[in-house]
Amino acid sequence: MKESRKKALKEHGSLFWEFFKIGLFTIGGGMAMLPLIQKVAVEDKKWLEEDDMVDCLAVSQALPGVIVINSATYIGKRRQGLTGSLAASLGVILPSFLIIILVVTLLGSIGENSYVTGAFTGVKAAVCGLVLVSACKLGKQILKGPFQWTMAILAFAAIGIFRITALWAILAGAAAGIVYLQIRSKKAGKEKQ
Amino acid sequence: MIILYLFSMFFRIGLFSFGGGLAMLPLIFQSVQEFGFMTAAEFSNLVALSQVTPGPIAVNAATFVGFNYAGLLGAVAATLGVCMPAFLLMLIVMKFMEKFKESRGLQGAFAGIRPVTVGLIGAAAIFVAETSLINGKLFSMKLLEDPLSYINGIPLAIFAVTLLLAGKFKISPIKITILMAIVGAVLCG
Repeated sequence: MKESRKKALKEHGSLFWEFFKIGLFTIGGGMAMLPLIQKVAVEDKKWLEEDDMVDCLAVSQALPGVIVINSATYIGKRRQGLTGSLAASLGVILPSFLIIILVVTLLGSIGENSYVTGAFTGVKAAVCGLVLVSACKLGKQILKGPFQWTMAILAFAAIGIFRITALWAILAGAAAGIVYLQIRSKKAGKEKQ
Repeated sequence: MIILYLFSMFFRIGLFSFGGGLAMLPLIFQSVQEFGFMTAAEFSNLVALSQVTPGPIAVNAATFVGFNYAGLLGAVAATLGVCMPAFLLMLIVMKFMEKFKESRGLQGAFAGIRPVTVGLIGAAAIFVAETSLINGKLFSMKLLEDPLSYINGIPLAIFAVTLLLAGKFKISPIKITILMAIVGAVLCG
């Protein structure tokens, strides 16, 4: 009993610390955090199965508000319930909170420093690559048939080219998925007869 | 009083903005301006600051506004306010998912949503590219007309090296981010 409590406490700490690092090392918000969350939660810590991670991302995208809080809440809750989601969420918020207060107190605001803008340019270019690698990793896992490929390409075009809000793409995807499963199970039923 | 107001204002912002990060900034500006909190110049300062400091953009913005107008307590109120909707909604949705786990409808919905997520993340890479690798939109004729002024060379090289490091050599995103910050500061600074 005592051993399991110790383990739970340790995992709370680990949730807080890993999400603290995610908050500290990602510049550019939401999407920039995704590659890191994926790596930590699925590959390093094995907190979630890849499938569960995809569901987490899907729901996070569909809900309003700060995306990474959605993901932190999801992962924390899966591992350690309500207190786990609190630990992960607080962890991811804290670095931003402290750094902004520090910067405002010390500098008033960010000056026009060419090294800072240069570093920022480099990070943004890297983030672009990291996000793409994440998309490919997930794609390998999820895009297993023509239906999945069609949905992914349609979503990519709708959002990337035609600039439709992500929420609509997700709702349309949900509707298409329900129809698809319905048709498939009907077909399977007929084949049995 | 101002603390309560900050909390409820940012709670509303957290509740009604989809798409995260940058998509929230216009809403933040409108709300803050309504209250007479902020000028356009201050806002552009805030946008710059939120983008060059790490972490979720909305949290950066909330902490900035709250701290500037009501000190530490204001920063706490605004930050908790902007995060709370995402936190609570996710808990509610997870409860719902747990309950209807076996339902065919929910399984079908996720069968459709999962591949959409892949496309969505791919599209996110485009949005980031348009603020770093290229000037303007990726899918436009400008790319064919005048490719040289359209493409940013060094960021494009950084992008390519990142693909190699992350995709092939499985280097951790944190290490790549730090490395490219240094490369950017040296080459672009």
